[in-house]
Amino acid sequence: MSRDFSMVAKHADQWIPCHAGSDGAFWMGVTHVILKEYHADRQVPYFMEYVKRYTDCPFLVELEKEGDHYKPGRMLRANRISKYKDIENGDWQLLNIDAANGRLVCPKGTIGSRWAKEKTGNWNLKYEDFLDNSAYDPELTLLNQSDDVYQVEFVEYGLKKTALRGIPVKMVETIDGNKVPVATIYDLAMGQYGVGRGLKGEYPASYDDDKQAYTPAWQEIFTGVGRETVIKFAHEWAGTAEITKGKCMVIVGAAINHWFHGNLMYRAAIMAQLFTGCNGVNGGGMNHYVGQEKLAPVDSWSTIMAAKDWVPGNRLQQAPIWHYINSDQWRYDSNQMDYNSVPKDNKYSQMHSADWTVMSVRNGWMPFYPQYNKSNLDVVKDAEASGAKTDDEIRKYIVEKLKSKDLRHSVADPDDEINFPRNWFIWRGNALMSSAKGHEYMLDHYLGTHNNKIADEVAGRLVSEIIWREAPKGKMDLVVDINFRMDTSALYSDIVLPTASWYEKADLNSTDLHSFIHPLSAAVAPVWESRSDWQIFQALAKKVSELAPAHLPKPVKDVINAPLSHDSPDEITQPRMQDWAKGECEPVPGKTMHKLVFVERDYTQIYNKFISLGPNIKSATLGAHGVSFMADDVYAEMLEDKRHVQKVNGVEYPSVKEDVEAVNAVLTLSTLTNGKLNDRAYKNMEKKTGLVLADLGEGSKDVRIDYKDLQSQPRRYNTSPLWSGLMNNGRAYCAYTYNVDRLVPWRTLTGRQHTYLDHDGYIAFGEHFTTYKPSPTPQVYGDIRKTVNDGKAVMLNVLTPHGKWHIHSTYGDTLRMLTLSRGIEPCWMSEEDAAAIGVKDNDWVEVYNDHGVYCTRACVSARIPRGVCIVYHSPERTYTVPKSQVRGNRRAGGHNSFTRVHLKPNLMTGGYAQFSFHFNYWGPVGANRDTHALVRRMDKVEF
Amino acid sequence: MDVRSQVSMVFHLDKCIGCHTCSIACKNIWTDRKGAEYMWWNNVETKPGTGYPTKWEDQEIYKGGWEKNGDSVSLKGAGKFKGLKNIFHNPHLPVLDDYYEPWTYKYQDLFTAPEGDDQPTARPVSLVTGEHMDVQAGPNWDDDLGGSPDYARQDYNLNQLSQAEQEAMFQLERMTFFYLPRICNHCLNPACVASCPSGAIYKRGEDGVVLINQERCRAWRMCVTACPYKKSYYNWHTGKSEKCVLCYPRLESGQAPACFHSCVGRIRYLGVLLYDADKIQKIASVPEDQLVDAQMDIYLDPFDPEVIRKAQLNGIADSTIEAAQKSPVYKFVKVWKLALPLHPEFRTLPNLFYVPALLPTMATVSNGIYDSTSKSLWNDVSQNRLPMKYLASLFTAGNTSKIVEVMKRLMAVRLHRRGVTVGDLNRNEISSAMSEAQVDAETADAIFRLTSLATFDERFVIPPAHREESIEMLENTGDVKGNTGFGFKERPARGL
Repeated sequence: MSRDFSMVAKHADQWIPCHAGSDGAFWMGVTHVILKEYHADRQVPYFMEYVKRYTDCPFLVELEKEGDHYKPGRMLRANRISKYKDIENGDWQLLNIDAANGRLVCPKGTIGSRWAKEKTGNWNLKYEDFLDNSAYDPELTLLNQSDDVYQVEFVEYGLKKTALRGIPVKMVETIDGNKVPVATIYDLAMGQYGVGRGLKGEYPASYDDDKQAYTPAWQEIFTGVGRETVIKFAHEWAGTAEITKGKCMVIVGAAINHWFHGNLMYRAAIMAQLFTGCNGVNGGGMNHYVGQEKLAPVDSWSTIMAAKDWVPGNRLQQAPIWHYINSDQWRYDSNQMDYNSVPKDNKYSQMHSADWTVMSVRNGWMPFYPQYNKSNLDVVKDAEASGAKTDDEIRKYIVEKLKSKDLRHSVADPDDEINFPRNWFIWRGNALMSSAKGHEYMLDHYLGTHNNKIADEVAGRLVSEIIWREAPKGKMDLVVDINFRMDTSALYSDIVLPTASWYEKADLNSTDLHSFIHPLSAAVAPVWESRSDWQIFQALAKKVSELAPAHLPKPVKDVINAPLSHDSPDEITQPRMQDWAKGECEPVPGKTMHKLVFVERDYTQIYNKFISLGPNIKSATLGAHGVSFMADDVYAEMLEDKRHVQKVNGVEYPSVKEDVEAVNAVLTLSTLTNGKLNDRAYKNMEKKTGLVLADLGEGSKDVRIDYKDLQSQPRRYNTSPLWSGLMNNGRAYCAYTYNVDRLVPWRTLTGRQHTYLDHDGYIAFGEHFTTYKPSPTPQVYGDIRKTVNDGKAVMLNVLTPHGKWHIHSTYGDTLRMLTLSRGIEPCWMSEEDAAAIGVKDNDWVEVYNDHGVYCTRACVSARIPRGVCIVYHSPERTYTVPKSQVRGNRRAGGHNSFTRVHLKPNLMTGGYAQFSFHFNYWGPVGANRDTHALVRRMDKVEF
Repeated sequence: MDVRSQVSMVFHLDKCIGCHTCSIACKNIWTDRKGAEYMWWNNVETKPGTGYPTKWEDQEIYKGGWEKNGDSVSLKGAGKFKGLKNIFHNPHLPVLDDYYEPWTYKYQDLFTAPEGDDQPTARPVSLVTGEHMDVQAGPNWDDDLGGSPDYARQDYNLNQLSQAEQEAMFQLERMTFFYLPRICNHCLNPACVASCPSGAIYKRGEDGVVLINQERCRAWRMCVTACPYKKSYYNWHTGKSEKCVLCYPRLESGQAPACFHSCVGRIRYLGVLLYDADKIQKIASVPEDQLVDAQMDIYLDPFDPEVIRKAQLNGIADSTIEAAQKSPVYKFVKVWKLALPLHPEFRTLPNLFYVPALLPTMATVSNGIYDSTSKSLWNDVSQNRLPMKYLASLFTAGNTSKIVEVMKRLMAVRLHRRGVTVGDLNRNEISSAMSEAQVDAETADAIFRLTSLATFDERFVIPPAHREESIEMLENTGDVKGNTGFGFKERPARGL
């Protein structure tokens, strides 16, 4: 499935060229067929069992009355009914109906049971009541046992239509004496997908009904793919899944992730998998190949990476938010509701994304640094000066100051000089071109240098939470690039610290999707002055420690604004979406607002702490993803090896000074490479779940892998509770097999895979159901407002997929690969579009819009359809970029010159089960695939 | 029967992802030198396309290979006689622009550019002249149908198709492409060997690798013209011609050549074929439509006691005979008949065989709506996007039924495997497809295994060279120019 006839399509049996960005509509049509034929007309037993046990389908949703009909609302909480009114974490305990007798049951495995302190050991997917452990059989549908059938409103954003469809309901008596109508999520899904099952209402008449969502005929309008193909695909998909018990797999690259509505496209595909039991089954599942830049032994690595062995708090930032605000791209953004298809009936869907960001940060949903319009250290000092002695008193002081606005979050006033980020270290990336959207905005507002944007600032009248000032130029004082290539970021940096490449250092390489751990070994010495990243940061730490006595000689107290985090009790803090700043609730750190975490910093000791493994390893648990274990004994063992010990201020610590020592610390302290710790982690999971799990680690109990082992041969790591794929006895890694085979819940609200997201923000944005929303149009999106087509250009949707031999900008710009391609990153376009503007193959073209311009050569090809062009990411400014004619002879940029960050607000929610911040996991994407630009021939080429 | 041993190759095109890792491996080892910048002993082309050097397949331009001449064959453009006549004038030689002008970038400008209003950028400069240049061609210029109006639509093999058929190939509903990796074919009847006025090119007796003796090469460049695959290249710096050596130093120690070893898609197979050198002349001279079948006849059954005896008499080591018995190439080429030679009409009897790609099913577009034409899980191969006539032009000298046979056999394997893993297809349809393709379940499973699951050692079965022969393999090569393809004039010392 791809718009162009790609290098992948070539290998396929069938090629489905759905229109760019319409993939979600295709999957909606497929799932309609699956639900109609394999769930409604005929119930495939495997599918029924799967959705019952592993999805939220049996859970109950309250219907809210609006005029003469109803709307799906939030899931009914267990504490709303008398039987469970005093249940622990009652706002986070949910309800099913027992098929055997129609009684309400509070199932195990929800987020409420996960964080229960009293009734522990019940976080599992057994068919048991949380309170009394009685067995039950979850009811999926009330079709044959409803109290009534209500007309429920379903909104379809493609044709902008609402439909009232009959949904079977049951009346539930709540503790306040009311009778509320509830429906199962399964029945609501049938309503959403338009599968009538004989119920009254505006259900599609047939597959050929193109007026009603989400039929195969309906999807034709958006995808350009015929209904017959959709129906045939659905039959092949579900037919295969039925026979093989779930062996249907989706493999997808980064593409979907880059659309503004990418979350909905993913969900649309995942629905087809859930309703056919394909997730957590070897040979099935959603395999999403993007963001694998994680070291699999994340339990130990994250501890060392974030210096948690010394300091129990850190600042990890979500990048798109940071750049959207700090590089002032928000100033050019109109209100998201202008281009986002949202219900207009609530305040949340009407807010500008910048205001949303401010709200998100202060409520603890997303992080943002810098924190305040005052030094963090001074804030603490002021508090202490005013008499605050304990942490709680300082907290109280800060909350008061925030409330009175004497102290402000930096995010709310990013263009005040006090809030500027000043130093930018670009490490392991190529932010100035390859990765960060809105390149030209960064050139202006970060660097204060030449740029090619012509867009107007439009946000001034649209925002109220974020302060509007004159736009600053050049916020950054110092840009440092740590890199082994002369790339675009290096070109713009004040200082380049040359780093050793893969074959010049000792390091580890692994991902969470591929169950092996590999060494990087020095085959040759690092060239010229380059050093490994570890040694570069160590040298910086040393210099800071040397300078510290002159500037910060004594230990100081720092306050960290930490967001409410996933896999901690923080994720059951905000059952409703409320904003303390609007007076909707009181600001309580760690509950209704972000946490205030205090740490002591001693800048004179940074180097010492860098080279030694800190004592927190002895006293606190290691872990990740809700998995934890003590490693104090392993720490003690490490101290016994006197070859690798650092003596700091008279105390011995395991050394992590040398690269190999740091690598070995990661390997020694991870469940993935140390079987003893793995066994411990499984036993802890047994306590949390009440399940037998330690057998999974039994076979690897003796495993102990170190760097030398890896050098002799890359190793497969242990099956560990850290990751959800079971690999025992050579089994291939497949995500969620741990959950499916062993009944360990997913780390979500229900503990199951969600087809319905009942967070207030999701309901406000109309995304509680999986739905289809069309890609924003170029005018309202802000790509082409000022850019005028004089008739010599053609407007195209610019796609920037991964090139076949690029990893972002790496490799693609080597002389070898440039020789094997066209010596440039060309703009691929169709024969028809090229002909329309008089462009022949290899002619120079400009690709431009309000944000900027990229000048390159055309690669005219029959495999590209009309209406789109492709610039594989990513070009570099370092080679063969001429001057733009449409911008008056100024040097053109690259593929992020024609993009700008757009943030989707409901991806910034927090404090609510799986919608809780986790670095590198949860937050909005920059969104660049919806971009349109004009393409024209260059008559004059100058360098 | 004159039994000889040939290290031979199969490339499975359905598995090629066009990553060019093979090309890079080769480039880094062998041609990263002055005068060799433009050479890609291993290259990967997108088909349809014009390839590298451009339009190399068109012998009306380059006059490579052999042509039928009565009961025998003679070199088309660079034969001994024609060659001598034109020894100082070789009009069919490709020029640098037919390959491409190699370039680099003036990276130093990034560091030394004076302060200005915007950032410096490194411009391309020629690796030949050092001057600024406008990049207009490269060794893989038409990758993935890039520049389809100028390249894919000019593909030599489209000549077999009507104008309407050609146009259809570039419409969404039936457009397709595939990759064609190419190296020297180490032919049984090598035109390069035959054409060399200096006798510098020889085919090794031990394994059939074709090499150019750099001491003896006199820069006549007849081999460049004579090779119809354009796999002999002239080094403008050393004044010698060069070509793929099949990484013989690796082969001799039992290792796969670098392009094979590095192949990401695991499309490559290497193994020994035993052949009867007495038949070369006869087989190279058969009518075009019989060429593929005739070439199959030359390869011998390594299990046949008579073949083994004759091989031993010819000095072929037992280890080589064993390797021939385990050869994956023998299975693909001779037993399963799935792999075909590239442009057999050039009559060089190439030893690199290709399993053609099964490409996706056609579709229809009406009123802007795209629908697949496939009604079942897979359509009949006649519904494949790439016309059989096109593939026939590439692999069977135009014999379409030969291509269809191979495609049906490949499809039968798929149907059978779907029956094994899922079992939702009609049993009768599967068995009729299999009997038509003459594939039984055991064979289909074996084909599946060697195609999809084969390990390194199954894909590359290489008999290491014998230590006792190591000197003569380098020093006493014993072959001379002329019609050596038809038999070795001078027998090597060990009677091979």
